[in-house]
Amino acid sequence: MNLTLKVWRQKNTSDKGGFKTYKISGISADMSFLEMLDVLNEDLSGKGEDPVHFDHDCREGICGMCSLHINGQPHGPQQTTTCQLHMRSFKDGETITIEPWRANAFPIVKDLVVDRSAFDRIIQSGGYVSVNTGGVPDANEIPIPKVIADESFDAATCIGCGACVAACKNASAMLFVSAKISQLALLPQGKVEKRARAEKMVAQMDAEGFGACTNTGACSAECPKEIKQSNIARMNREYFAASVSTEKV
Amino acid sequence: MSWVSKTLNSTLGKKLLMALTGIFLILFLVVHLAGNLQLLLPDDGKAFNIYAETMASNPLIRVVGILNFGFIALHAIYSAILTRHNKKSRPVGYAVTNASANSTWSSRNMGILGALILVFILVHLRGFWYEFKFGEIPYVTYDGVTYKDGYTVVAAAYENILYVIFYVVSMGVLAFHLSHGFASAFQTLGINHSKYTPFIKKLGLGFAIIIPALFALIPIIMFLQNS
Ligand code: HEM
Ligand code: SF4
Ligand code: FES
Repeated sequence: MNLTLKVWRQKNTSDKGGFKTYKISGISADMSFLEMLDVLNEDLSGKGEDPVHFDHDCREGICGMCSLHINGQPHGPQQTTTCQLHMRSFKDGETITIEPWRANAFPIVKDLVVDRSAFDRIIQSGGYVSVNTGGVPDANEIPIPKVIADESFDAATCIGCGACVAACKNASAMLFVSAKISQLALLPQGKVEKRARAEKMVAQMDAEGFGACTNTGACSAECPKEIKQSNIARMNREYFAASVSTEKV
Repeated sequence: MSWVSKTLNSTLGKKLLMALTGIFLILFLVVHLAGNLQLLLPDDGKAFNIYAETMASNPLIRVVGILNFGFIALHAIYSAILTRHNKKSRPVGYAVTNASANSTWSSRNMGILGALILVFILVHLRGFWYEFKFGEIPYVTYDGVTYKDGYTVVAAAYENILYVIFYVVSMGVLAFHLSHGFASAFQTLGINHSKYTPFIKKLGLGFAIIIPALFALIPIIMFLQNS
């Protein structure tokens, strides 16, 4: 395949940045999108130019590190991670526009790399279960209905990639935060702290400067892990219930 | 900050206010439509005029009326606050977007749709509410009792084809606002259930089509009757 790439290049956070156009040829339809960028970077390095910086790690769709806004959609035209997106999803001769995630809370580090540590701080604010040390509990001591376990596991598959923020017209992090609140709120171990957790995580989400939710559903439609809108409704319930019921004034 | 204002100032709290005021406005639309449809009765406005007078003199309805103004204002103010906050959350936009792949047009344009509805509401209030209350208005007598003849004011307004078009287009805008807003409000309130949400979505779509269509039918029919 021969392709034209319009890639966002930006030296650092304060640089204005702009698009640069590259022609690339000899791309196999079986390559992943990131492998295609590897070919481009080898080319650039060979010419002594600065390679295009982009995030990646596992390259098997489980770490959430890869990003990229490709032809107007996070992770490109398929509902998957960019590392699992293949060049057969594009046409020979196509022009592909590649941009970084755009959000106030995700500052650009360089080129296509953005700083997603806002997500880490949201998790740090309450996305955990406080565990008392002691003997290991029996595996079947706490019965959990299969449907509840499944629902929680579905929420727990969120890999924190940030595509929901990137897709949302408001750069809202509701889907991510609601998945993290849901996975714990559903289980007995997480229920104990669910009220305080909802309050703290929502407060941190707001402090990071993410937008509000208009319920457009763009996040779920683009989420590589198909995290559902019902999680956001659960977060709303948890938050409002927490607000009227916790002792903290 | 008190816990109440802390909650209502959060992104979730602001949306809660949008949803609650939105649902109130939805209920208000139904009552308002029930009154308006009486304009179409073949009695030269008798039923409508008596109804309008009864509503205007009922203290409970008057309280609800004042609340209604308050809620429209609240809905509009919070809409502006939220829209501004959301714009600020993405200061630099994308060069290319393919938003139609992941969301409906109405859901992405609630701010514009709402602003157009606000313009309609203001024109509508000036033309009817203000005229009924403070304007020079003719009187009619039914069975020895005198009533304000609001019907004649409405009929006169709908002789103007431009006003009729403005009214009908505005109802179209309202339809798009509701096609997303109705179901969205339930989601905001935390109501999302595999049994009920599909029904709520269908109900919302039906409501968004039928209610504005009936509202729009009134000026069209009255215009045709007059000409
Ligand atoms: C009869 C009139 C109206 C009705 C019945 C109505 C109803 C609704 C409903 C039910 C929602 C959904 C709330 C949610 O998502 O939780 C909504 C959202 C919205 N409304 Fe209205 N509305 C009306 C007029 C207006 C006006 C006059 C404005 C603006 C000046 C406005 C602006 C908005 C905006 C911006 C949203 C989306 C907020 C967001 O989620 O970001 N609406 N409306
Ligand atoms: S909710 Fe989906 S899109 Fe958002 S961070 Fe998690 S996996 Fe990524
Ligand atoms: S690189 Fe790990 S999910 Fe894509």
